[in-house]
Amino acid sequence: MFRHKTGSLSEELQVVAPSKLAIENVSKSFHTTTGKVLALDRISLQVNEAEFVCIVGPSGCGKTTLLNIIAGLEKPDSGRVLADGKPIISPGRDRLVMFQESALFPWLNVLGNVLFGLKLKPQLTNKDRRDVARYYLELVDLTRFERANIHELSGGMKQRVALARALAPNPRVLLMDEPFAALDALTREQLYGDLQRIWKERKKTIVFVTHNVREAACLGDRVLLFSPNPGRIQEEFLVDLPRPRDINSVDLAGYSSKIMRSLKSFNAERAAAKP
Amino acid sequence: MRRFLSVIIFFAVLLLLWQWVFKAKIWSPVLVPSPLRVWNYLKGAIADGTLEQATLITMRRLLIGYLVGIIGGIPLGLLTARWTLFRDTLGTTALGLQTLPSICWVPLALLWFGQTEAAMLFVVVMGTLWSVIIATETGVRNVPPIYRRAALTMGSKRLHIWFKVILPAALPFIVSGMKQGWAFAWRSLMAAEIFVTILTGFGLGQLLHFGREQQAMEQVIGIMVVIVVIGLLADKIFFSPIERFLHHRWGTSQ
Repeated sequence: MFRHKTGSLSEELQVVAPSKLAIENVSKSFHTTTGKVLALDRISLQVNEAEFVCIVGPSGCGKTTLLNIIAGLEKPDSGRVLADGKPIISPGRDRLVMFQESALFPWLNVLGNVLFGLKLKPQLTNKDRRDVARYYLELVDLTRFERANIHELSGGMKQRVALARALAPNPRVLLMDEPFAALDALTREQLYGDLQRIWKERKKTIVFVTHNVREAACLGDRVLLFSPNPGRIQEEFLVDLPRPRDINSVDLAGYSSKIMRSLKSFNAERAAAKP
Repeated sequence: MRRFLSVIIFFAVLLLLWQWVFKAKIWSPVLVPSPLRVWNYLKGAIADGTLEQATLITMRRLLIGYLVGIIGGIPLGLLTARWTLFRDTLGTTALGLQTLPSICWVPLALLWFGQTEAAMLFVVVMGTLWSVIIATETGVRNVPPIYRRAALTMGSKRLHIWFKVILPAALPFIVSGMKQGWAFAWRSLMAAEIFVTILTGFGLGQLLHFGREQQAMEQVIGIMVVIVVIGLLADKIFFSPIERFLHHRWGTSQ
């Protein structure tokens, strides 16, 4: 059948329906030199379409493991994860990941990196791919840098390229693993704004992992507090504030101190319980 | 321009020094010929075609053997990086044989292939292959796992990951292995050509050897200069641009 190539570009740039995620009874343990660690202990969790969920917790609480399982990069020992009712068994580009370190490919320039995922979509022409890539580079405000090498970019710019690369194949879910942890405060603040704007524009379901409580309160519709060993959801907070939110706002401080108190009380309890 | 000038001056001084040593008659003119005699030898060898022919023969041996070594070495290196079985067997073999100076292959090659092109090719391949295998394996094993994971999430699979992620990510290692392989191959070929007369064609090494037999020092030095120039050109024309590109892309220069 004759394909109308001209139609595919606008099709490609359409906002796709975000996924609904269902995590059902997921457990995962690791063997380390100090013994067996239960990274995730029967975690159950629903993430709604276009919801922004932040998972916050101390390091080693299994939050990254959960993200990897949703991405399909790791398999749970038991339980399962469903995306729109279908079980996740392998990585797929409807769920893209943005890693803590940029994970950009140094042998490609900025445009080449954003094109990487698009080249795996056979239905697009090369021109379409470039147009799509440029659209996302504009979205993250990096149009001028499409020919730049990765090492020439600042940390914040690298993460913006990584965001464009993750958005370009038009996923339904965006999984973010402490993407701003290595950046300075000022750059981070700007990226909070960018991310909220892009999330609103592109309507993605986002699961965002962080150890920064304030960041979680700023970005999430919902904040899940994880506790380590065994990894469990300790508490859940709804953040009912208008967007775009400013990380420095007083209202936000109220939420983040509430989460922080809960985190600290848990740590204190645990310290007391130890012999 | 200033850099170019300083290079010119440096070599001019070197030549003058040589001329002075010759003039001062510290050593016999048979052992230290004048720069002019060496130049005249080279002019003559170019004019009668011996130099061109010898260079072509040597370069053909080198390039064919080198290409075979690379084309074989990179896939074998990928195998050793991918499967433990290959790492324990082929990888260990490569590591061991790489420590063997490749000139040590010459006696074996002569007994197997006789005084033929095949013997020379064999020596060049042995000089290249092991370095390329080891460098490829090291390169692949040094690729940060996060590249693979990122590619997986974007829908890249098996072969696509190998060709579009692992190989390019390992490229700096592979290129340095290719450079080392080139050095080994070039040295062992020269040694082999000096060491044995290959009946199928006289290369640069043979000219060097004949120079010694005839006590024609101007020929010995002239051919040595040619060998140095070829080595320099290979570096400047082939390896330097690749390395410059890698440094530029990866941001590893100085």
